[in-house]
Amino acid sequence: MLARKRVNMAGNVIFFSSNAWRKNNIIRAAISISFFILFIEISARSLLLFGFKIPFFGDLPKPSDVVKVFTQVIFEPGYWYSWIASTWRVLGGFLIALLLGVPLALCLALNKVFRGIFFPVFEFIRPIPPLAWVPAAIIFWPTQELAIMFITFLGAFFTIVINTFGGALSIDLRFLQAARSLGATKLDIFRRIVLPACIPSIVVGATIGIGITWEVVVAAEMISGASKVGGNGAGLGHLIWSNYLGGNYEMIVVGMVSIGVAGYICSTAIRYTGSRFTSWEASK
Amino acid sequence: MIANLALQSIENKQLKGAISIRDVVKIYDPKGLAVMAVDHCSLEIKPGEICMIVGPSGCGKTTLLNAIAGFHEISSGEILLDNKILCGPGQLKAEPGPDRVVVFQNGALFPWKTNIENVIFGPVMQGIMSRPIALEKARQMMADAGLIGIEDSYPGEISSGMRRRVEIVRALMNEPSVLLLDEPYRALDSLTKSVMHEALLQIYYKNKTTIFFITHDIDEAIFLGHKVIVMTTRPCKPKKIIEVDIPHPRDYSVLTSRRYRELIEETIDSVHEEAEKAFVAGEKEG
Repeated sequence: MLARKRVNMAGNVIFFSSNAWRKNNIIRAAISISFFILFIEISARSLLLFGFKIPFFGDLPKPSDVVKVFTQVIFEPGYWYSWIASTWRVLGGFLIALLLGVPLALCLALNKVFRGIFFPVFEFIRPIPPLAWVPAAIIFWPTQELAIMFITFLGAFFTIVINTFGGALSIDLRFLQAARSLGATKLDIFRRIVLPACIPSIVVGATIGIGITWEVVVAAEMISGASKVGGNGAGLGHLIWSNYLGGNYEMIVVGMVSIGVAGYICSTAIRYTGSRFTSWEASK
Repeated sequence: MIANLALQSIENKQLKGAISIRDVVKIYDPKGLAVMAVDHCSLEIKPGEICMIVGPSGCGKTTLLNAIAGFHEISSGEILLDNKILCGPGQLKAEPGPDRVVVFQNGALFPWKTNIENVIFGPVMQGIMSRPIALEKARQMMADAGLIGIEDSYPGEISSGMRRRVEIVRALMNEPSVLLLDEPYRALDSLTKSVMHEALLQIYYKNKTTIFFITHDIDEAIFLGHKVIVMTTRPCKPKKIIEVDIPHPRDYSVLTSRRYRELIEETIDSVHEEAEKAFVAGEKEG
C-alpha cells in the first residue's frame, strides 16, 4: 500500500516537473521578450526621459507606436495585398525549384555521364548570388512579376539540388545490395529505396531553401522598383522600401515583423510536412 | 520439443543449397597494384549445413561472400549452387537473387519501412506473393522467431538484437537456398549474442537452410557450426577444416561440455597464428 503510494507520488513528481519545466521556459521567454521591448521603448524615449539619446537604440521607432500603426494597418487591404504578392512569389519560385531541382539532383547522382556533362555548368552558376541576377532577370523576363519569381526560384533551387544530390550520393550501398538480393528490379530500387532514402535531405534542402527565398524576395522587390507592378501588389519588400523613402519608420518595423512572421509560418509548414514524410527518422 | 521440431523439419524439407567453390581467385587491382584477396580457394558446403568461416579481419572472407551473393566479380574459378553455375569463366559476376540472401554486418533493414514491411519486401518485389498473403506469412514467421508486437514499429525503434532477427526473417521469407551471414552479431554485446545464437539455431531447425556464416569469434563458430573453416590471412584460402561432431539440436549446455572445449583448443592455435600474421601485415598496410 505504502509502496504503491510512493510510486504514484514519484510518477506525479516526474509529471509535474516536466510540465513545470515547460511552463518555466515559457515564462522565461515571456520575461526576456518583454524586457527587450521595454528596453527599446525606454531607449527610444531616452531624449525626453534622461535628456540624452542612447546611441543607436535612441533612433529606433517606439514599440508602442509600432503597435499602434500595426493595429491600424491590419485593417487596410493594401497591407494584405503586399502579403499576398510576396507569398505568391515565394511559393511560386519555391515550388518550381522543388519540382525541377529534385529530378535534376537525382539525375546528377544516378547517372555518371549526365553528371559529367551538367555538374560543371551547375557548379559554375551556383556561386552567383540570386541578387546578382536581378538586372539580367529584369531584362530577360517579359514581366516584373516573372523576373522576381525567377530570383526566388534561384534562391531555393541550388540549395534543394545540392542537398538532394548529396543525400542521393550518400545512400548506403548495403540498402541497394540488400534490395537487389531480395529480388527488386531497377525501377523498384529507385521508387522504394532511392526516393525514400533521399526524402530527409530533400526536406532539409526545402527548409533552408524557403528561408533563402524570403530573403531574396524582399531584396528583389526593393531593387526592381515595384512601381511597375502597381501600388497594391508590390510586396512586403517594397512596403519597407517605400516607407523608408517616405520617412515612415514605424511602417518599416511593421514590414520587418511581417516578414519574420511570414518566414516563420512557411518554415513551420515545411517542417511539419517534412516530418509527415519522414516519421521513421525520429526513431533512428 | 526442439528435437521433435528439428526431426520434423528434416523429414519435411527437401534439402537444397549445396555450394561448391572451386579454385576461386580474386585479385583487386585498384591502382595497378594487384592485391590478391582470395587465393585458389576451394570449398564444399553440403545442403542444410551451417558452415562457419573464421579468419582475421580483412582476410578476404567477405570478398568470398560477396562473390556468392553476386555483389563482386571473381577473377577466376567458379562457384556453383546446387550444381548450377553462379559465376565462372564467361560470367565472372553472379546475378544477385533471392536464392542467396545476405544479412549484413551492420544490418540493412530499410529504416523508412516498418519491420513487417521490411520482411515482406522480398516476396512482394518478386511478385510471388500478394501483399495480404505475404503479411500473413510474415506475421507467422516473426512470431516463430519471437518477434511479436514490433511488426508495425520501425527498425530504429527496436533493439539491435531484434533488428538482426528481423533481418534474418526477411531473408528467410524468400525461402533461400542459402543464407549468407556476414558477421551479423559483431556489434552486439556478448549477452545479447548468446541469446541470438540460440535464436538463430531455433530458426535454423525450422527452416534447415544452408548457412554460410562469417565470423571471427571462435566460440560462436564452434557453438553454431557443423563445420568450421579457418581461413588464412590475406590472401584467403582454407587453412583448416574442423568438423564439429557435437550433435544438433544444441543449446547453451554445449558450452560447458568437454568436447566443446577440446574443439575450441583445436581451432584456437591455427586461428591465432593467422591473426598474428594479419596483425603484422596490418601494421604495414595500415
